[in-house]
Amino acid sequence: MAIYALKRLGVALLVALTVSLITFSMVYISGDPAITIAGEGARIEDIENIRKYYGFDRPIFIQYLDWLWQAIHGDLGRSYSLRVPVADVIFERLPTTMLLGACAITFGLALAIPLGVLAAVKPNSIFDRAALTIAVIGQAMPTFWFGLTLILVFGVMLRWLPITGQDSWWNFVMPAIALGYNVAPAVMRLTRAGMLEVLASDYIRTARAKGLRPMKVLFKHALRNAVIPVVALAAVQFGFMLGGSIVIETIFQINGLGYLAWESIQRKDLPMMQAIVLILSIIYVVITFLADMLNAFLDPRIRVT
Amino acid sequence: MSDRILTVEGLEVSLPVPSGTLNAVHGVSFHVDRGETVCIVGESGCGKSLTALSIMDLLPKRARRAARELTLLGEPIVGVSETTMADLRGNRMAMIFQEPMTSLNPAYTIGNQLEEALLRHRKVPRAKARERAIHLLERVGITAAEQRLRQYPHQLSGGLRQRVMIAMALMTGPDLIIADEPTTALDVTIQAQILHLLAELQREFHMGLVLITHDLGVVARIATRVVVMYAGQVVETGTAAEVFGAPRHPYTRGLLDCIPIPGKTKRGERLGTIPGMVPSLVGQIQGCHFAGRCNYVIDECRAAPIPLEATPDGGHEVRCIRADELMRGGFQPAESVA
Repeated sequence: MAIYALKRLGVALLVALTVSLITFSMVYISGDPAITIAGEGARIEDIENIRKYYGFDRPIFIQYLDWLWQAIHGDLGRSYSLRVPVADVIFERLPTTMLLGACAITFGLALAIPLGVLAAVKPNSIFDRAALTIAVIGQAMPTFWFGLTLILVFGVMLRWLPITGQDSWWNFVMPAIALGYNVAPAVMRLTRAGMLEVLASDYIRTARAKGLRPMKVLFKHALRNAVIPVVALAAVQFGFMLGGSIVIETIFQINGLGYLAWESIQRKDLPMMQAIVLILSIIYVVITFLADMLNAFLDPRIRVT
Repeated sequence: MSDRILTVEGLEVSLPVPSGTLNAVHGVSFHVDRGETVCIVGESGCGKSLTALSIMDLLPKRARRAARELTLLGEPIVGVSETTMADLRGNRMAMIFQEPMTSLNPAYTIGNQLEEALLRHRKVPRAKARERAIHLLERVGITAAEQRLRQYPHQLSGGLRQRVMIAMALMTGPDLIIADEPTTALDVTIQAQILHLLAELQREFHMGLVLITHDLGVVARIATRVVVMYAGQVVETGTAAEVFGAPRHPYTRGLLDCIPIPGKTKRGERLGTIPGMVPSLVGQIQGCHFAGRCNYVIDECRAAPIPLEATPDGGHEVRCIRADELMRGGFQPAESVA
């Protein structure tokens, strides 16, 4: 188990390093950063000064190492527009996004896994059809449109829930549902497929031959094996969700990383965008690592490889 | 009657298939007394496994079973609630399956799966269950039993896993064990070991054992009684001596001809085969199920259902209208008899 964990950790670090390289080069993909900062109609001397001030005149590899060294020490540069350290802003906004993400994934899994199990236990039944319908709708509906629909119905028409802001838990209900519902369809279908396969397996017959109660057969013997691929998928879906939070936080005016990303794009605030991409990627890498660990715990066969 | 463990009378199992109803098991009857080993033999698809699964009520969901009588220790086990069945399964009767490689849950330790079998049916502390698991693992010939309890199925070979399955079946001390081709998936060298272990345990625990197998050599040695099945029916049944010593059904004879006998079968000599194919069991078959492959078939064989009839020598029963005639005539092919 320890060897497996170390191996996965090594891979995670490599991925994080690659991501850092890509985010670093973001600055150059969009053209000469000095010109961008100087703005329209700047004089050549100003641009040259800016280039020197920010160190854009040095060899690019040195710039990368320097940037990486500072990033590791928590210095992600200064925001072009807010004139404050990027890291301060990000760590202020991060908890909000993580909270929203946690609520959303919890909602998504709490919807998808029980429905997937139910659909597999009674295949082609009314439950199975209902679950399929919910999945198809979830897959077809764009997140932003679903978010707006929720606002319209529960915020404007019924007035049950607050539309924007983040003053109370109630503010997180609609955004979490909008984000989480998007995760549900794939998870539900995979849970169903996995359960169908596992329920037909020999060891389930063995469990029944022992006289175990149906609930024990289902939850102890079947679900644990069926959920292994679901864990990996949920980690990937969490990554998509982080991306989706840009749209959802903007719609619901939640002051998280997603909203910050949108603001930074509008202001062409490169260090900020760069840092957000880096942080979101690293969160994704960490989540994937945790999912690998959970799977190794669930399936002893993974631990040995 | 107190020694009667299992009675199967007129068991029917059918499965819906696209082209109709598949009558996989058709009027199968046999019984098992305490201390007996009843072997069911027959080729693949003859309904052996479905017979075993229907006793445990573990048939596939779409399968239908019916029986004139199906009793375990005198209590009916057909038409009872799932709860009643679940209380008996793994308790009074246990089953050992064909595929040891996939019959254990990969996610749990051997110990967990063994203990669970006992804890489900008895109010005992886990430590007691553990003790029994260790004891039984040792009994089925697994060394370092305590360490094995902490291992996962993938760390064990097929032979070891089947031994674990046997120990698991014994956890509650059942009255009946059903072993469905327990050695088919194993190395030839281990097959005999496992079968002899089963026979040994059956005597030691004084249980009834239903053994489904292809290995007629082992059957001849350990069976109290033999049930020969063909195409969903019992075609011949009797003691091992009766069935193997004086087979009366052409199918049983054919089966025995397929086996080389050391010292008797000469090197280079052709072994017997049974030509033709098993008939489709979809719908009803008129007359003898074996008629299409039988060397001794006459018109009457196909006319009406053939009953399973006792032979003059007692418990020996055979489903062939020409059995007596063929025995007397030394099994001459149809042309020369007619």
